[in-house]
This record gives sequence, structure tokens and C-alpha cells, in this order.
Amino acid sequence: MNFNFTEEQTALQDSLKRYIAKDYGFDKRRALARSPEGCSAEAWRQYAEFGVLALPFPEEFGGLNGTAVDTMVVMEALGPGLVLEPYLATVVLCGHLIRDAGGKAHKEILLPAISGGELRMALAHYEPNTRYELNHIATKAKADGKSWVLDGAKAVVLHGGMADKLIVSARSSGKERDDSGISLFVVDRKASGVSVCDYPTQDGNRAADVTLKGVRVDADALLGAKDQALPAIERALDYGIAALCAEALGIVTVLNAATLEYLKTRKQFGQAIGKFQALQHRMAEMIIAAEQGRSMMYLAAVKADSADAANRRRAISMAKAYIGQATRFIGQQAIQLHGGMGVTDELIVGHWFKRLTVINALFGDADHHLGKFSDMLLSESAQAAPKAAHTEAKRVRQGAT
Amino acid sequence: MDLNFSADEQAFRREVRDFIDASLPASIRDKVRNGVRLDRDDLLAWHKILYKKGWIAPEWPKEYGGTGWNAVQRHIFDEECGDAGTPITIPFGLRMVAPVIMEFGSPEQKNFFLPKILSGEHWWCQGYSEPGAGSDLASLKTRAERQGDHYIVNGQKTWTTLAQYADWIFCLVRTGTEGRQQESISFLLIDMKTPGITVRPIIMIDGGHEINEVWFENVKVPADNRVGEENKGWTYAKYLLGHERTGIAGVGRSKAALKRLKNIARRESADGRPLIEDQRFRDKIAQVEMELQALEITNLRVISAEQEHRAPGPEASILKIKGSEIQQTLSELAMQAMGHYALPYRGEAADDPEAAALASEYGGKSAAHYFNLRKTTIYGGSNEIQKNIISRMILGL
Repeated sequence: MNFNFTEEQTALQDSLKRYIAKDYGFDKRRALARSPEGCSAEAWRQYAEFGVLALPFPEEFGGLNGTAVDTMVVMEALGPGLVLEPYLATVVLCGHLIRDAGGKAHKEILLPAISGGELRMALAHYEPNTRYELNHIATKAKADGKSWVLDGAKAVVLHGGMADKLIVSARSSGKERDDSGISLFVVDRKASGVSVCDYPTQDGNRAADVTLKGVRVDADALLGAKDQALPAIERALDYGIAALCAEALGIVTVLNAATLEYLKTRKQFGQAIGKFQALQHRMAEMIIAAEQGRSMMYLAAVKADSADAANRRRAISMAKAYIGQATRFIGQQAIQLHGGMGVTDELIVGHWFKRLTVINALFGDADHHLGKFSDMLLSESAQAAPKAAHTEAKRVRQGAT
Repeated sequence: MDLNFSADEQAFRREVRDFIDASLPASIRDKVRNGVRLDRDDLLAWHKILYKKGWIAPEWPKEYGGTGWNAVQRHIFDEECGDAGTPITIPFGLRMVAPVIMEFGSPEQKNFFLPKILSGEHWWCQGYSEPGAGSDLASLKTRAERQGDHYIVNGQKTWTTLAQYADWIFCLVRTGTEGRQQESISFLLIDMKTPGITVRPIIMIDGGHEINEVWFENVKVPADNRVGEENKGWTYAKYLLGHERTGIAGVGRSKAALKRLKNIARRESADGRPLIEDQRFRDKIAQVEMELQALEITNLRVISAEQEHRAPGPEASILKIKGSEIQQTLSELAMQAMGHYALPYRGEAADDPEAAALASEYGGKSAAHYFNLRKTTIYGGSNEIQKNIISRMILGL
């Protein structure tokens, strides 16, 4: 057991932090968010140079064979910069999906292109009115000779508008909420029949609603086994959740530091407001929440690579729920402790808070994952039989009244 | 980064488990599981079993009779003890006064006291709090006047846990009037049999006798029983408070309590189904399990930092706050799970082993346990004091 980073991990985190501090300042980020492109092509090239676009891929496809802990290191470092590039969508979601579900042909073409920074991708999975259900897929995939025809609608596809290619989930058999019968297809964003309604989200990122009307793709667009995509989608989203947990911890760490600095410098009643115990205790609670959240971030990252799906899902749901609760508390209190300044657009504090809020809503919010974890308690095996029979216990207790 | 225990650590866990299985008397184990208060003989019996095995003082340096275990092994030992339902070992001698004697005591004090703490011959209690000095400990008033080779001690200590069993008490006493109040405190070791000491029980909210008042009336204490220098006692007291951190989170005990809670929720029924199928109740269990999971890893992070001799941080306060909150929540849910069967109250009868033998492992004591554990956020520096510590020591506010 150890909680240490390797030298490579520490070096990577340092480089990314330096890059964010020097070349990805808040003003620049603000301008990028308002630009038509919505993110920085230069930054994307930089990520490629750092190697982070190749991080989780096998060496034979030009990757670095990284683990979920490596991804955690990257996401925690990028978090404070509120970066706008489609790293989560391209590398974490689509990259893991291709790595774990894709055949050799897809890996050979797509993974090196992602690694080199030439290909951006987005995962078009969730659909309107399905909330966080992963098996609720109505988009149809019909075989037609040697091709497939896709029809349906995909909701809030993260970075869908700036992706070169989409991975689209669609139902190739079964009923709307069946676990089996879901397949994945690699589709050009500009393919005929694909329409993309691109919009900004609350945090300054971009997402899109994607409509598929009679989209015809070749047989080789099918990614992985037909009808069997759901476990792979779950797994990719688990990687996504672990990554978001790390991004959230990266943010609350700087948010706590900024709030602490404000408590030390803002004066009221003739003294720094950090001298008031009500605020000291609030700040202590924020620090505790961050430390506990950090522990859950480690758990999520370590377990995300686990092949044991039940074990993995337990850790992921716990971490997403816990970090959702903890970062909501820290975010809200950071705004509160900044007073009026906290609710202005001028400070980065509010922007960090908005990103935390978006992270909480992605891939299942805190309530959703608490519920999922809670339901897992039902299937835990009952412990050894009780010592005394229940009826005996009740008899004694009744006798006692 | 690796959250798994190594093969060696897992083998160590098996060794500990096998030993406890073979050595823990069934009568004691049942009392712990049934929530029955342990008496002096029970606590001493377990102390002596561990002593004989050489495992009574995992925190001590090997030269004094410690086990030579590292922090991870100590954590595993704690966890296994919690899971198996062993009694806790009483901290006042082993984990409180002993480290102070080792660090600041005279050679004579070390030779005389340490072996007797180890063997269980001396039962210690802690003379810190006073009626007027709780969180503000440095304002304590118990006086020790120097008269030749002795001090004459007058005053009152309170909340003294298990003083009714104690052979010795370590006390903070005022020995001067000059300077800051922290600079006139000394650290005395006092034989409880000395004339002039009176112990009076304080009955707690659950009806149990766990804590006491200890009165000192012209109690004559040899000056040789002062630890370290006169008026430096506050330094030693702080050393003591910061010393033992591994067990403070109570993770092992809380894991066992969580297991018990789930068992109760599986057996109690609501609307004709096991209570655990009630989503509103199950979500509460899930919530506390998440808190405990996070705390377990936070605790392991502290332990692993300790292992590498990195400087201690604010973590002890975090562990104390979260650990105590979790213990309280678990006890509250266990009570809630019992519904109105949590209401019957038998007072001291519940401490009677024969009555307890009739009860189920959770019957009758859950509410008392809930009431009793309100203490956890108050003792050892209340959770508000812990937040002051975090605020001052870590945040620099």
C-alpha cells in the first residue's frame, strides 16, 4: 500500500501545472470560451506534445500504456485551468471505448490519430428523456445489405460540435430498455444525415444535440461486438467518472486556497474576516471535505482499472456520490465566503463553482450514484446467522418492558 | 499508488486473526458484541492475554516491550480487533502516560512504571479536565505546593474515565503563578492509594458508571514523581495529545459497527419486508458507509505518511472529527433500526452478564449506546476545538 506518485507522474503533473499557469490564464480562457472554435488548437497540440493524448493507449498503437491513476494525475492538473479542449470526450471516453471494445482495425486507425492530436472525438450515447439510464437507447441501427442505417436523437453530447468523429450507440436489437442489443458505430460528424446543434454549457464548455436521420455507415463502422456494447459503455463512463472526480479535486484544491487567501486579506470590523470563528470553522469543514474527497478520488482511480465490474462500480458510484456532495458543499461555501465578489463574473471563483456544478450533473449526480451504491447493499451476502433467534430476542425485550 | 495490502501484510492479518480467534474468551467476545459494559476483570484479562503474546503495546519502541510493527501492521491489528470484537485496551497507561515517561521521564520512572504498565499491574487514569477547565484546559486550578521533597496537592479533577479501577493517575497541576498560565503547570504521577484522594462516580446519560470526579485534599506526592521539569508540564501534555494518531479514527470498530447495523437491518422487518429493503433507511446506511470508506483511506494516507516519517499534518484532527461523527451516526441508525424495541430500558440490569446472555446481540442496548456515544464529539478535544486547531495550525487563520 502506498499513496506515492511515480517520478514520471510527478513530472507530468508539474509540467501541466506550469503550462496552465503560464499559457492558459483565466483571461485567455475566457476569450477562448467566447471564440467560435470554443477551445484552443494550440493547447491541443501542446497536450499531444506532453503525451497526454496517448496516455491510456497500448504501446503497439503508439500509446503510453497509462493507468487510470495516470489519467487522474492529468485531470487533477488540468482542473484548475478550466480547460476547454475535448480531453474527456476524446481521450477518456472515446479513447477507452476504442481501446477496450474496438477491434484491431479501429485501434490502428483511431488511436494513433488521437495520440497525434489529429482526431477529436465525442461519445453520443445519452438520449432525450432518459436521464442517467445507460440502457435506455431508442436510436435505431438497421442492417441494410453491407451497411447500417442509423436513426435517432442524442442529447447533450459533450464537445459533439467540435468532434471530427462521433461514437454513436444505437439499438441493433431488442426493446428500448434492454441491456443487450446496443451496438456502437463510428460516424463522421459531417456524414450525410447527421445534424449537430452546438451550444455552450453553463461552464463555458460546448455540447451538442445530435440528430441522426437515415445515416448510412459501412459495416466496418461497427465498433466492437454487435449487440454487446453496454458493458463497454459502462466501463468507459466509469473511466470518465474517475477522471471527473480528479478534475473536481483539482478545482476544489485551488478553490479552497483562494477562499483561504480571501479570508486572510478581506477586512471587516477592522480585522481580517478569517479572525471570525464562524468563518474559521466553515473553512475547516471545507478542508476536511476536500481531504475526504481526495481519498475517494484515489479509490475511484485505483478501481477504475479493475476488471471486476461489481467491485469497480461500487467504488465509482461511492466516489461520484461522495465527491458530488463534498464539492457542492465546498463550492457553495467558497461563494458564500467571498461575499458579493463570489457572485460576480469577474472572479474565477464563480467559474470554478460552475464547472463543479456541471461535473456533479455529468454521468449521474450524487443522488443517482448514492442510490446505485445503496442498491448494491441489497445484494451483499447476509452475514453469518445471528447468535440468538430473533423471536427469542423479542421475547426478552418484551419481558423487559 | 496502490491501495492493496501486500502479501506479507495479508499474511500478518491472518496471523492476527488466528491469534484472536484462538485467544479471545467467548464470554468477553459475547459481551462486546452484545454491547454489555466490560468490568475490570474482563479488560485486564484481555490485557494479560495480549501481554503474554507480546502484543499489548504495538505503539511502543521495541526496547520497552513494543512489537516493532510498522504503522500499517498496527492499523491491521486495530482493524482485526475491531472486527473480532475484542475489548479495547485502556489507553491511559499504554498510549498516554507511557510515551510521556519514555520521552521526558527519569531513568527511575522508566524502570519503575513502564514494565508495570505493560503487564497490567498498574491501571492508569487521566487527571486533566476540571470543573472550570474543559476545552480551556490551561486554566486548570488544582494546586501543587512544594514542601521539601514533596508536593501537597489540592483540587478537583473530573470526567476521569474508569478512575474507580485506577492504581495511578497522571495529573496536570499548577505549580506557579508567574507568566502565561501555560508556563506554571507541572506533570505529576500520583498513587491513587495516597491518603486524601476521593473518587466519586458520575453516572452517565446511559445510566452507566464510566467516569468520575477525583478530589485531592492535602495529598502528599513525592517530588520524584514529577515528570521532567517543574512548570514545563504543558509541553508534555501537548506531546501526549499529539502522540497517538493511528487509532484515533476508530475505523476498525466502525467497520464492525456497520456490519452489525446491516445485520440488524436485514433481520428487522418493515411493511413485511426486511428493513434494508426500505430505500429511505438503506440510503442512510449507504451514506454512512461512504463516509467510512473515505475515512478509511484518509486514515491509511496518514498511516503511510507516518510510515515514511513525513511531518505530521492536521490529519489527526480530521480523523477525530470524522471518526466521531461516524460512530455517532452508526449508533443512531442502529437505534432507529430497532424501532420501538429500542425503548425498553433496564439501566444497570443491562450491565448484568446474566441478563445480557438472554438478550440478542443488539437487543436493549442500542439506545443506551446511542446516548453514550454522544461523548465522542466532546471528549479528546471537542470537535469544535479540533476545528480551531485546523484553523490555527493548518490554515494559519
